[in-house]
Amino acid sequence: MSHRVRVNPITCEAHGMCAELLPERISLDEWGYPVIDGEPLPHSLLSHARRAAQACPTFALLLEREHEGA
Amino acid sequence: MSTLVSPRSAAAGSAPAPAAALPRLLRGIRADGYAMSLDEHLDVHGEMPHERRRRRGHSALIDQVEQAGLLGQGGAGFPAARKLRAVAAARRRSIVVINAAEGEPASRKDGTICQMLPHLMLDGGHLAAQALGADEVIVCVCETAPGSIDAVATALEERAGREDGSIRMQLSVVPGGYVTGQETALVSHLNGRPALPTFTPPMPFEQGVRRRPTLINNAETLSQLALIARYGPEWFRALGTGSQPGSTLLTLSGPVSAPGVYEVEPGASLSSLLNAAGGTTATPRAALFGGYSGGWVAGELLGGVALSDEHLAVHGASLGAGVIALISEHACAVAETARVTRWLSDQSARQCGPCLNGLAALASSVEEIAAGSVQGDSGKRIARLASLVRRRGACSHPDGAVRFVLSALETFTEDFADHARHGRCDACAHEPELPLPARYRPVGHGDLTGAR
Repeated sequence: MSHRVRVNPITCEAHGMCAELLPERISLDEWGYPVIDGEPLPHSLLSHARRAAQACPTFALLLEREHEGA
Repeated sequence: MSTLVSPRSAAAGSAPAPAAALPRLLRGIRADGYAMSLDEHLDVHGEMPHERRRRRGHSALIDQVEQAGLLGQGGAGFPAARKLRAVAAARRRSIVVINAAEGEPASRKDGTICQMLPHLMLDGGHLAAQALGADEVIVCVCETAPGSIDAVATALEERAGREDGSIRMQLSVVPGGYVTGQETALVSHLNGRPALPTFTPPMPFEQGVRRRPTLINNAETLSQLALIARYGPEWFRALGTGSQPGSTLLTLSGPVSAPGVYEVEPGASLSSLLNAAGGTTATPRAALFGGYSGGWVAGELLGGVALSDEHLAVHGASLGAGVIALISEHACAVAETARVTRWLSDQSARQCGPCLNGLAALASSVEEIAAGSVQGDSGKRIARLASLVRRRGACSHPDGAVRFVLSALETFTEDFADHARHGRCDACAHEPELPLPARYRPVGHGDLTGAR
């Protein structure tokens, strides 16, 4: 099973915490909104991704489990 | 398995199939522009077949739609049977929504269906509901289309007295706007919230109106479904191409004698459509296919264009929701692009940062080129903005806007280069040709008149 990060662009308010906590997958655009690399997360990044999702003030960062065949 | 029987005669699907030729959807429409009454509609097409559903998830109609190869006519071209099956597979009772909320300013086909053949569309909604075991059909029409609202309301009244009441049909008037016609925006509106796109999942087929599985189909898709239910999949496939069978409605605008909505066979030549429209009144500079999320084809190539997605893919375009907007040689392609890009930016639901900021920046960049006030490499700037906007919204609006702008840059390369160097051209003063809503005034800061 693999995990990816995804952002809900409607709830995202460009606080930028996620890019601080998960720079391996998240950078910020010129307006401060996260640009997400949707590659599966290696095990080593999982806890960082979890922390980034929990740190988002608007809960806009989602850690999604890969669905088979979805 | 279930069976299709016509209440008027014993043979299954027995309405005498008309010739497979065109017109199909538009057969029997009134010459005076008024809607066909229920009686007129029944005279042309006969009664709706009645489906007896035996088992949940199984429907002869869905099988027929699959065999017919009907594609969604709202722009995305998703196979209609797959959508039906997704909703049919759900455990909960479902709802059918007819999407006639036509937000595309260059499209008139949904309005034409509502105002001229509302009963075929309502038949389609009814038949889809029957196939799904749904008991409710909601027709969504934009508040900006009062003629459509009146025609649908009248048609619903006509039917109210004649139907057995097992399926309730109602009209919902939705706010105008380009993104309102997005499925999730309609669901949001019907659930009493703003008519704006929402984050997915859940998709409407999983959890839509009142959290029920919801089938949302374009007005034309359901009208085609009503024909398939009556005349069968073989009849349907007798026209069109292998991948785009049947007929399709196209809205033609620009320098032609008779702009309007035409029913064509996919694969037919653009020239045949232009002839049907009385020919061109000026040499076309280019044609925009698929509306303001679509792509341009330059005028010199138009002679060889066939009206099918397979063919248009060669030019990086598609029919989308069936829009063909020509601009004449008198128009300035750069000014037209700038004006529509600003409109697209103004149509952002302003929910997602990348769309709100990115489309505004994109519109400003195009306006700067148009005015010749470019600083730095504008091509690079636009490419960068495009990559920052694409796939970063909750809905597909930013992606479509980017496609429109990039296609314009590619098709009108020299015009853009000219403008970047020398600013406005003589043609910039020409009356704009691409249709936008009459009441539209740019709200963005960089509108063209201001920059002059």
